Formats: sequence, structure tokens, C-alpha cells
Amino acid sequence: MLKLPIYLDNNATTPLDPRVLEAMMPYLTDVFGNAASRNHPFGWAAEEGVDYAREQIAKLISCDPKEIIFTSGATESDNLGIKGVFEMYSQKGNHVITCTTEHKAVLDTCKHIEKLGGRVTYLPVNEEGLISLAELEAAMTPETILVAIMFGNNETGTIQPIREISKIAHSHGALFMTDGTQAVGKIPVDVNADGIDIMAFTAHKMYGPKGVGALYVRRKNPRVKVTAQMDGGGHERGMRSGTLNVPGIVGLGKACELARLEMDADTTRLSVMRDRLQKELMTLEESYVNGSVEHRLPHVTNISFKYVEGEGLMMGVKDLAVSSGSACTSASLEPSYVLKALGLSDDLAHSSLRFGLSRFTTDEQIDYAIGHVKEAVTKLREMSPLWEMFQEGIDLSKIEWAEH
Amino acid sequence: MAYSDKVIDHYSNPRNVGTLDKSKKNVGTGLVGAPECGDVMRLQIEVDEATNTIIDAKFKTFGCGSAIASSSLATEWLKGKTVDEALAIDNMEIVEELALPPVKIHCSVLAEDAIKSAISDYRVKNGLPALEMAHH
Repeated sequence: MLKLPIYLDNNATTPLDPRVLEAMMPYLTDVFGNAASRNHPFGWAAEEGVDYAREQIAKLISCDPKEIIFTSGATESDNLGIKGVFEMYSQKGNHVITCTTEHKAVLDTCKHIEKLGGRVTYLPVNEEGLISLAELEAAMTPETILVAIMFGNNETGTIQPIREISKIAHSHGALFMTDGTQAVGKIPVDVNADGIDIMAFTAHKMYGPKGVGALYVRRKNPRVKVTAQMDGGGHERGMRSGTLNVPGIVGLGKACELARLEMDADTTRLSVMRDRLQKELMTLEESYVNGSVEHRLPHVTNISFKYVEGEGLMMGVKDLAVSSGSACTSASLEPSYVLKALGLSDDLAHSSLRFGLSRFTTDEQIDYAIGHVKEAVTKLREMSPLWEMFQEGIDLSKIEWAEH
Repeated sequence: MAYSDKVIDHYSNPRNVGTLDKSKKNVGTGLVGAPECGDVMRLQIEVDEATNTIIDAKFKTFGCGSAIASSSLATEWLKGKTVDEALAIDNMEIVEELALPPVKIHCSVLAEDAIKSAISDYRVKNGLPALEMAHH
């Protein structure tokens, strides 16, 4: 029996893998020690759990365990990476380069450093959501201390050319940071091969618990340091104070281990399901895939259905938990800035749905989702005066709409 | 957002979706809203000229559940009313009937505009002056 609603919003968060919970349980009960307590076995046991997690994480992204700084999640990691570099390297320069489709955790942090006297370049993206390497090259200056470009986009799944970007950053003496929130655990990430100096990621996007994430900070070639944004006991090599969230960290470690062992199988299975979902929904006329189809995370597709209004569409697909590019439930009516950056008109951005599959998504759920979305779009179009006008060949852009 | 049962009912089972022949002299058509604002309503009335009574009403709406429900409800109310009675429909009656929250009041305003716009179109077709449309 299919349980409704069906969860297809795995870019927002994933369910906890039962094997992760199992690994965490002892640390929520018996092994409760403070990992910084050096004087007794309670502390030692906690520290051992943390150290093991560091190794599990390091194996996934091919780094040294000492290069992992634990945080409360990707937002904190993005803040620590950007603000920490801005402070630490202020002697060298004050210029940061990022792009317009970054997560708010990066964009708003960049806005913050602008207030502190930083200069930030926001690179545009093309219709596939990719930045231009030539534009990046042109934006580099001797004052550029950091290039921060996300690995995979949360709304469209678009994967940026990370290796080429890091090469350009390094050739100008800047550090390269990436927000790996959606990519780590989903596609191969190798900090050395990819040329990553700093990387933010989080447990709850890869079947781990909420409230725990990490910042990878390179220790060799070059040795990178970030200024702590939280003062206190000097944990995490002085870069992030605060008692370690031991059960969360153990969960993140286990999630990384499972991701490493099961990534290939998950990718194969999910991309087949995702492609089937997309192919079926694209049989609806006037539907458009948003972002690159070629350079994309394997479990994501974002599709706009023209002539259907976003909020009405969300109401029509009530049996699915998905995200829409429409933010009009808040009175603002402001559509997704990511989709707008790809050049989508407001109405197409509003009428988009983001599907994010997970390790736990089944073929049966995808079958249901296909039927449910097709039915909702068809019904709403039959009710839509714009759809009728489109079918009559009327150019909607030529109509003088009464603004209200 | 939580929708009222009445909004959900009209959204799930919309009344009077469709198109009347706009070339007919006794059919008035109102098209209000704009795609970039997220709602477009087209409301049509067919009038029995002898009695000045609305004998049929149809709508098509591009918009959220509240916009669809407001226009669906409007067509239900219009049928059987005289044109003058229809003119007296106030958007706040729609708000009350559908229990629309404050952020959705504009849907009811749009429905009232659509009614007036359809009546105005009918009047012009029949040699009467257009209605003064209030601008919201």
C-alpha cells in the first residue's frame, strides 16, 4: 500500500537512514561524555567516536581527518569559510568572487562582508545555470582572496565545472571554496583532484541527522586557516569553539561511510528513476527542464509547466511533498531567484516543481508521482484562460493586461 | 497554507468551467488580472435580454486555489440574478463565504472586477455606456 504524501523533497532534507540512527544510539545514551574531557574514560570514548567519524568523512572526500572542522551545518560552514577567510586574509586583499545562484547562506554572508568593506563579484550564469570560465578569469584581480562557487545547485542540481574553476582561482593566488551541501555523498568529490581548499557540507542532505555539518579546511599546499567566528574553548584547531555534538558527528561519519559504499548503486538506480520521471512529465506540452541536463546531480530534476500557476499547481499535487519555484505563499509573489538567474520569466519560474529523489524512493512512488502531476497539470490547464489563448495561437505578450 | 474546506471544494470540483461564444450579442466577457501577477480570470455571462437575467455563467482562471474558488463561486452566484443584482455583488461576500485569509483578499477583488468587467462588456455590446471600473 502506497503511503501518501510521497516525499520527493530530498534536496531540502533527507530522512535519517536507520543504520545511521543505529550508529548514533550509543552516543545518545551510554557514551555521553564530552569529547574534550581528557581525564576519564567517558571523554575518551566520546573522542574515539569523533575520531572514527573524522576518518569516515575523510575517506569520502579523500582528505586528511585533521582537515575536518565540525559545525552545526552547512549554513554555519558557509559563514565560517567566507567570513573566516575574509578576516584571515585581509592583509592580502578584500575581493571575493561568487555567483548569483548560490544558496542564501553564501549570498547573504557575502552581503555581510560587503558591509565590512569587502568587494564581491556575483558572476551571472547561463541558461543552463553554469558560470562562464572566461568571465571568472576576467573577474580575478590581485586583491581576490577567495572564489566561492557551489558544487551542485539545490534547486536545479546543476554541477559547476569545479576543477576548471579551482585552477583559475589558484593561478591567480586565490583560495577556492565550494558549498558542497548537495554534492557530497551524492557524486564523487575528491578535494585534491578537484582543487578544493575549503568546502561546506552537512549530514542531513545525505541521510544523516540535522544540526551537524562540517567545513573542510586544507592543511597542505596551501595551508589554509580561517578566523574563528565563535569564541570559546578553542575546539577544532581553534577554528570552531563549542562542545562537539558527538552523536551528530558519529551520524555524519556513518552517513559518509554509507554514501561512499553505496554511491555507485544509488546513482545508477536514482538516475534511471529520475530520467523516467522527467521523460514522462516532458510528454506534457509546454514543459521545460530547468538547468543543465548534462551536468546535473543524479537525483534531481526541476520542471516548469507553462500556463499553470505555481500555487495552484502545488495545491493540485497535494499527494507529493515537492518544492516549487514559487514563493507566493508569502505575500511577496517573488519567484525563485535561482530560476530567474537562468533567464526564466516570472511565470515560468512560478510554475516549476523541484523533484529530489532519495535512496528510499521507490518505482511505485515515481509511478504515482507521474500520474498525479500529469493529472493536476492537465486539469489546471483546462481551467486556464492562458492555456486556451495559447492553443488559439494568441500571443500573450501582445495583450495589454490590466495590472492590479 | 491551510485552505478552507470551501476553497478546497471549489478547487477540486470547480463549477461552470468553460467558454461561452463571445461573438454573441448577449454574452459579456471580462478578462482581468495579469500573468506576471499570478492570476488571470476570465468570466463570461449570458443574459436573457427580455428579462435582463443572467442565464449562464462560465469561467476560466489561471491562479491559486483561492482565485479558482472565488471565480467558481462567482459563476454560481451569477446564474439567475438580474444584471443589476449581479452588479451589487461585493468582494467581501466572497471573502466571507470562502473564509479567505487576508493575503487572499485580492482574489475576491479580482472576481468582483471580473463580474463588473463582463457586465460592462455586455452593456457596450448592447449600446449602453461602459461601467466606470473602480481601480484597486
